[in-house]
Amino acid sequence: MEHHSGLVLPNSGHNRDAEASKLGMWLFLFTEFLLFGGLFIVYMVYRMLNPEAFLTASYQLNVTLGAMNTVVLLVSSMTIAMSITAIQQGNSKRSIQLLVFTVAASLVFLVIKYFEWSAKIHHGLFPGMDVFNRLPHGEGLFFYLYFFMTGLHALHIIIGAIFIVVVIFRTKNGLLNADNYSHTENAGLYWHLVDMIWIYLFPLFYLIH
Amino acid sequence: MAATTELNFFQVKKGLFSWIFSVDHKRVGLLYLYSIMAFFLVGVILGVLMRLELLNPGKDLMEAKTYNQVFTMHGVIMIFLFIIPSIPAVFGNFFLPIMLGTDDVAFPKLNLLSWWIYVVGALMALSTLLFGDGPADTGWTFYAPYSVRTGTNVTMSVLAAFVLGFANILTGLNFIVTIHRLRTPGMTFFKMPLFAWALYATSWIQLLATPIIGITLLMIVAERVLGVGLFDPSIGGDPILYQHLFWIYSHPAVYIMALPAFGIISELLPTFTHRTIFGYKAIAFSSLAIAFVGYFVWGHHMFTTGMSGAARIVFSIMTFLVAIPTAIKVFNWVATLYKGSIDVQPPLLYALGFIFQFMIGGLSGLVLGALASDVHLHDTYFVVGHFHYVMFGGTGFAFFGALHYWYPKIWGRMYNKTIANIAFVIFFIGFNTLYFPMLISGLMGMPRRYYDYLPEFHLPNMISTYGSWILATGLVLMLGNLIAGFFGPKPEIGRNYWGGITLEWQTLSPPPLQNFDKMPEIPKGGPYDFENNY
Repeated sequence: MEHHSGLVLPNSGHNRDAEASKLGMWLFLFTEFLLFGGLFIVYMVYRMLNPEAFLTASYQLNVTLGAMNTVVLLVSSMTIAMSITAIQQGNSKRSIQLLVFTVAASLVFLVIKYFEWSAKIHHGLFPGMDVFNRLPHGEGLFFYLYFFMTGLHALHIIIGAIFIVVVIFRTKNGLLNADNYSHTENAGLYWHLVDMIWIYLFPLFYLIH
Repeated sequence: MAATTELNFFQVKKGLFSWIFSVDHKRVGLLYLYSIMAFFLVGVILGVLMRLELLNPGKDLMEAKTYNQVFTMHGVIMIFLFIIPSIPAVFGNFFLPIMLGTDDVAFPKLNLLSWWIYVVGALMALSTLLFGDGPADTGWTFYAPYSVRTGTNVTMSVLAAFVLGFANILTGLNFIVTIHRLRTPGMTFFKMPLFAWALYATSWIQLLATPIIGITLLMIVAERVLGVGLFDPSIGGDPILYQHLFWIYSHPAVYIMALPAFGIISELLPTFTHRTIFGYKAIAFSSLAIAFVGYFVWGHHMFTTGMSGAARIVFSIMTFLVAIPTAIKVFNWVATLYKGSIDVQPPLLYALGFIFQFMIGGLSGLVLGALASDVHLHDTYFVVGHFHYVMFGGTGFAFFGALHYWYPKIWGRMYNKTIANIAFVIFFIGFNTLYFPMLISGLMGMPRRYYDYLPEFHLPNMISTYGSWILATGLVLMLGNLIAGFFGPKPEIGRNYWGGITLEWQTLSPPPLQNFDKMPEIPKGGPYDFENNY
């Protein structure tokens, strides 16, 4: 931005403001919660209408894989939190290492998810496939919501991972450092959100019996 | 001295790219203004066509299906492209930072991004006119199961509404952070102009309600594509669930449309009465109260669609509660006029028109909020009349009032005030001739959303259609007068054309790029304290 007269206002929108950027991220996270909130409402309504069908269908899911993914995400949440501490202490190298570990964990998550999904699709359980169409309505809804909600969640994993990769490059180039790490913090906030939504998805689909 | 040679924000850079890639909040606001006005005019033309079809019973102009598509397109354009973004995206963007004494919003790039998202969403909505199986014919509410089954291009319209939601969220997010972080030193929350308060409340609704409609619309798309019954009962879905999810957003959205208009009125009245606003804190808090209570009243759209009696009674009571903070505002505005030194100028006329029409709209809303009468009036023209009184007679008039009010500040030019007054009178008469008969035909039992009607409804429909011509004349005259103001010799506007007290009147007209050429001074004794400052 060019400034033509000497006047610079004290609270300028062009100042770097870590608080503002964090506040903006928090507000954005609210919208994400509500986005999934709509789906949780739909899940609740149909679970109450079809309790038995949801139960039967949930036995089809692989609890072991789901639990592994939960562990993977929890660990990755820890590593990104550690990377924020590292950059606060001026240790950019350690911060990058921990971020790379987080991205790796996100890939592990997606690979496990891929195997889970392909097993289901292999059994014809994706909406529109033969087996799916023959399922009782309640079980069909379960799988439909399963694909919809975990799919939307996986999309958030991908976006979060891209966000972290950007932060890695910015840290490498010295743009983020001990004085200016709000992007790292925001990536962390976003990643915790992704983690937290999974913490709800996992019991809702895999564990409730 | 710097002030005399200062370039204004129009002169700093030239060329198309300097506009469409500008992160200056003033330019983004004007980009929104020009695009919103273009879509508004499309919506007006569709509205006039609908009235033309309804001039006589039977088919005059178009087939039933075309009529359904026209009213859907009219609704989608007017709601998602005009009235939801109108005041926040145009005047909020332009004036919120200036009123707070800062030089931009908190996230200027997100602000530009929101305009681009808006344009993409708008093009998606309009593309249904040209591509696919024709525009949606479901009404702007996209009610399931029809929206799942119809052959028209619902998928694209729904995705457009989804994309447009992002633009709103970004604007809302930007305003909240701006208000929290960028107020000039000394401007506490209770020294903010009431327009800022109104935008603050609005932004929270945008943020917390819009995601729900986003996910609901995605579910509609998924149901159309994958054929799984979430909402369509013939494949095991629940259409009432859709209505709940839709109105959980769309009722608060009504306050997204109305609250900024309240803020505008709270700015216009003190300036043109030259006195402090009556009940500053009451007005500020009532915005928050409306935003809060507005979340819990969505069920009043569904009184006749199969909810339990208890739920209906609760929703009805909650609906009546909204009337309290709204009436607080109206009483305070009227009290502000009392013993003021009233200066009748075009913007004030729009403010008074707003109060008059919004009263009719608000009180007819109570008729609809009452369970017993709603059962009779549901889906009649009474609803159409009520909605247009609130939205067009309310927010629309506030929008044009704001345009007349800030015109000299934005462009440093002036329109012809006599013509502006005449245009207002024609506009006002046209508006009431168009919409008041709808309240009557609704009471007589005329259902909405049909291209045809029984002969007994002929008279009110005829008057309505004549009214639409008067309204269009007034609108053309008003806009023509505003555009004519851009040409001819440049008059001396000065800093404070109307004698206002909020910070935007302390800077140049048009403002320089960084908004102020000298530090803004916060009025002593509160944001509207005319006595100690003039």
